Amino acid sequence: MLTELRKSLIASIWFAFLTFPIMVIKVNSIEKTIQWRWMNVVYVMVGIFFLSMAFRFLLKQKEMRAGKEESGTEIKLSPIHQLINHPTYRVVFGAALLLFAVVYPFVFSTYQINIMTTALMYVVLGLGLNIVVGLAGLLDLGYVAFYAVGAYSYALLNHHFGLGFWAVLPIGGVLAAIFGILLGIPVLRLRGDYLAIVTLGFGEIIRLVLENWGEFSKGPSGISNIPRPGLFGIELSLNDAITYTYYLMVIFVVVTIFFVNRLQDSRLGRAWIALREDEIACQAMGIDKMKTKLIAFSLGAFWAGIIGVMFAAKTTFINPASFTFLESAMILSIVVLGGMGSIVGVILGALILILLPEYLRELSEYRMLAFGAALVAMMVFRPQGLISNVRRTYSINKDE
Amino acid sequence: MLRLENVSSGYGNILALKGISLDINAGEIITLIGANGAGKSTTLMTISGVVKTRTGKIFFKDREIQKAEPDDIVKSGLCQVPEGRHIFPMLTVQENLDMGAFLRNDKAEIKKDLDYVYSLFPILAQRRNQDGGTLSGGEQQMLALSRALMARPEVLLLDEPSMGLAPLIIKQIFEIIKQINKDNNTTIFLVEQNANQALQIADRAYVIENGKITLSGQASDLLTNEEVQKAYLGI
Repeated sequence: MLTELRKSLIASIWFAFLTFPIMVIKVNSIEKTIQWRWMNVVYVMVGIFFLSMAFRFLLKQKEMRAGKEESGTEIKLSPIHQLINHPTYRVVFGAALLLFAVVYPFVFSTYQINIMTTALMYVVLGLGLNIVVGLAGLLDLGYVAFYAVGAYSYALLNHHFGLGFWAVLPIGGVLAAIFGILLGIPVLRLRGDYLAIVTLGFGEIIRLVLENWGEFSKGPSGISNIPRPGLFGIELSLNDAITYTYYLMVIFVVVTIFFVNRLQDSRLGRAWIALREDEIACQAMGIDKMKTKLIAFSLGAFWAGIIGVMFAAKTTFINPASFTFLESAMILSIVVLGGMGSIVGVILGALILILLPEYLRELSEYRMLAFGAALVAMMVFRPQGLISNVRRTYSINKDE
Repeated sequence: MLRLENVSSGYGNILALKGISLDINAGEIITLIGANGAGKSTTLMTISGVVKTRTGKIFFKDREIQKAEPDDIVKSGLCQVPEGRHIFPMLTVQENLDMGAFLRNDKAEIKKDLDYVYSLFPILAQRRNQDGGTLSGGEQQMLALSRALMARPEVLLLDEPSMGLAPLIIKQIFEIIKQINKDNNTTIFLVEQNANQALQIADRAYVIENGKITLSGQASDLLTNEEVQKAYLGI
């Protein structure tokens, strides 16, 4: 206890020292005076002291819990897992969620619907990246490139050839998938950190090309007046169009969940998980390493492309600034925070990471700070993500 | 069944195999013994296509396989248990075994093989829902062996199944290797440092030194061969 008090005290002094220039000294450049705000030192120290104590307390509790779990033989599932795994509750839970999603536009304002549509887009993006990172274990930091390919394929095909949303939707997805394969063939020979760096580079290349190749992509000024999704040629008012986009997104999410869920339990999903675990063993089992990885990469890219088309149609304007590395990092955080490989986790992660900053607009200056702190806290307390992936297990009833 | 003709291969600038020739007939247990770095594991890796052949030819069932991809070679009925076991640590025992049958589609036969490996290693049946990573070293070796059997190979390549195991477990594993050979007429190519055990269960043996085959013959003859005794058996 005493050592902890001392450690917290040291942490608070250290923080007071580190934050001294920004918290205490304030230069008034007009009157050329320096203001010394000594009270801030006290606030910082007290704040950090208690934070540090809380951190240590939680850490200790976690250790104690871990000790208990080891001694007990039965693995306890969290309430959410019990909910998901129970057959009837799962149906009820899913139906309730779906009902909420359907009723949502009638209850909330257009602004809220818009935010929710964005969040749902990130749900699909997260699920797509989850195939690559969560299942196949390939760290892809340039995922946003495929998203950009989808968005630009809609914008450009519409601009030059007047193709509609529904025509481009599959084209955008397939184009992104082709880009995935093209990138994948040389890059997937690499592993781990190297793969991450090369994909990061690829993401930047796509963005820079879009930014600088003016004749092709109209450069940084972007492409505007992209039509919203069509509904059998019916003219929709702006509000109706937003609601319509929202419903489209709900359908996309449901379809994606269905596909990803089926994929996970398929032979291909098994191969991905096995590949994530041990490549040499996979080869010994006769799994075609390259093909399996490429499929993961291109499937992930396909979803990004689809959502890219959706994004272009929703915002009606795109420029390269929407496809920075930060966006890739955001999608990756959704996957990691939510729980790698877990569908429910990714959905929850997307909703939290996209919706919270919207509702806490007043604190938007501290957004990145809070984001970093949240990720650090996650890695310490729940490294497996908010909702970890519990693989479906089959039990064999022996009739003996 | 499996024939290597003057095969050489290696890593980068280093040639690990300098023209070796082997001949393995159907239903035999063949062992390849040698010291550290002699090229034992490389021989296996080259056969299974993970390391590419530089010169020479490998025939499996009269088909040249030295240029085939690893998964293609497994499909043709040649399965390797890699050195250091390489089980999937986060998958359960059952799932590990399912992965072994990855290339197969005949559910009824897979079920039969599953029962067979569980009968070989009852301990695995007990632990079927446990993660592979939580098994002991010996159990992991049993799992790796069982997983390879699930592919129902015609030739089973074993890379040092005795590595890091207690003498009693080693004995048990070798007995089961012999049983597998007898039960299914599976041809077994066993690479071992533990020459004594390997020679006792093998029909024929090859000795490899610095990437070259220096000695070959009946396993029982090699057991009494003075050179082998001095170099590998410590007698």
